[in-house]
Amino acid sequence: MNAPFRQARTRGAIEISDVVKVYDVGGAPVQAVDHCSLSIPAGEICMIVGPSGCGKTTLLNAIAGFHGIDGGAITLDGAVLCGPGRPTASIGSDRIVVFQNGALFPWKTNLENVAFGPIVQKTLGKKEAREKARALMADAGLGGYENKYPGELSSGLQRRVEIVRALINDPAVLLLDEPYRALDALSKSMMHEALLETWYRTGVTIFFITHDLEEAIFLGHRVVAMTSRPCRPKKIFTIDIPHPRRYDVLTSPRFRELAAEISAVVDEEAMKSFALGEKEG
Amino acid sequence: MTNAAAAQPSGDLAPRAQPGWLSSLAFDVSTRRAVIAIVAALIFWQVGSTSRAWLGAPLPVIGAVPSPDSVLRAWSRLLFDTGYWQSWMWSTFRVTLGFAAATLAGVPFGLAIASNPTFRGAAFPVFELLRPIPPLAWVPASIIFWPTQELSIAFVIFLGGFYTIVLNVVGGAAAIDVRLIQSARSMGASRATIFRRLILPGVLPSIGVGMEVAIGVTWEVVVAAEMISGGGSGGAASSGGGLGFFIWNSYVGGAYPDIIVGMISIGIAGYLSSALIRRGVARLTPWLRRA
Repeated sequence: MNAPFRQARTRGAIEISDVVKVYDVGGAPVQAVDHCSLSIPAGEICMIVGPSGCGKTTLLNAIAGFHGIDGGAITLDGAVLCGPGRPTASIGSDRIVVFQNGALFPWKTNLENVAFGPIVQKTLGKKEAREKARALMADAGLGGYENKYPGELSSGLQRRVEIVRALINDPAVLLLDEPYRALDALSKSMMHEALLETWYRTGVTIFFITHDLEEAIFLGHRVVAMTSRPCRPKKIFTIDIPHPRRYDVLTSPRFRELAAEISAVVDEEAMKSFALGEKEG
Repeated sequence: MTNAAAAQPSGDLAPRAQPGWLSSLAFDVSTRRAVIAIVAALIFWQVGSTSRAWLGAPLPVIGAVPSPDSVLRAWSRLLFDTGYWQSWMWSTFRVTLGFAAATLAGVPFGLAIASNPTFRGAAFPVFELLRPIPPLAWVPASIIFWPTQELSIAFVIFLGGFYTIVLNVVGGAAAIDVRLIQSARSMGASRATIFRRLILPGVLPSIGVGMEVAIGVTWEVVVAAEMISGGGSGGAASSGGGLGFFIWNSYVGGAYPDIIVGMISIGIAGYLSSALIRRGVARLTPWLRRA
């Protein structure tokens, strides 16, 4: 399955083993992640679904190095990101996050945004970085927007610029935290096809958090349904719909079957989390 | 004029006959409303201030105000008066000096408070204790502290602008989305890069707002400081007194229309300096203009 695309990728395998994260909420410990283990092979699109506030983002932040963990370990291609004796992963351009509401720099043009990484890391000269940025933007269908500011683009296009800004750094992993949540259905489907196209070109490992089951099934090689807090994989679904996928698979019987199956698992957890009165987030 | 003449724009009368002429002069709705409001206020002022003549006895308050036409006459006289222009010059000079000092000190101070928790812990409580003291309450102390009257006025003006700018910078820095900083860090940006490429441009709009409000405050302060201190280095001579002293001097000398001229002059000065700053900031923040 999907072999022609994944074979090329030898980088970006994430191993999450027994990760624990406890928050201190007003003196009371709250277990956000509990002995969570998940193995993501290099080049996989791994979709994480689960109730709001279940701790999915906590996991993503731990991989990105935005905060530490209280137990277990996370490795990237065998190298320990965080684990015993090293609670917080260092933040690095091998793992880049794209956030729900976007984090493009409003005061830089789209081209300057995309060229930012190589320039500040000094991996490329200013001129070369801009040239590369221009080329990547053209590849992603963003030609013509180079000299506009992010604020002048629709949120769908902004998210595309942001993904290109991440890819220019040649990351091992893309960490996407509900990047398309705020988009309307039409832009969303366009974003999905654009993201898959990007993946066909780069084969980058994608760790993708979402609430949208159709999005999860359409994009993912696997869909990981998380338990409500504390967070750990409840059930992992392998999506056996062959790539390249087009939007018409949404109406295929296999797609509907998977949707029903995953939905049953997710809904059960959502009800649990609803009963506990978990905050949105 | 015949219909034919109106329909065929020929000769120099023709453009005026076109229907667009009135509407193009009347601008848009909001401009028209503003013009009507100002004219109405002027009429109200003229009628009220001349109430002694047509009513036999002056109306309370407005009956004691010099009439617009007397103000206009005073102004047309003052336009050729070097003392009046020197007042402008002195006040503008003092505002520029105090405001520049407030900006130069306030922006780095605010950035330091926003970006360094230790500095914030040490400096912010003192700042917050001093801030409620109105700048004008500093005038007597300032006259004692500073060797020259000019410096004491500049200091009071400085205080007027400083607090506003610092608060805006601190607020602006706090409002920068933490995810922008996380993104920059994950793309390999150093602390210095984050400061220079994220914090500075992120705070720039707030610096602009702070400066715009601060320049208004400095004009308020300069006028009062000049009145209280008796006009700075110029002393009693109107030349060095500035617009505040000009107003006060006009009051003492009984030239009441000149008071109003001085007041309107300050209004104009404040408006122009705010507009200048707004324009400058807009030029430095092109992403806001195009958004």
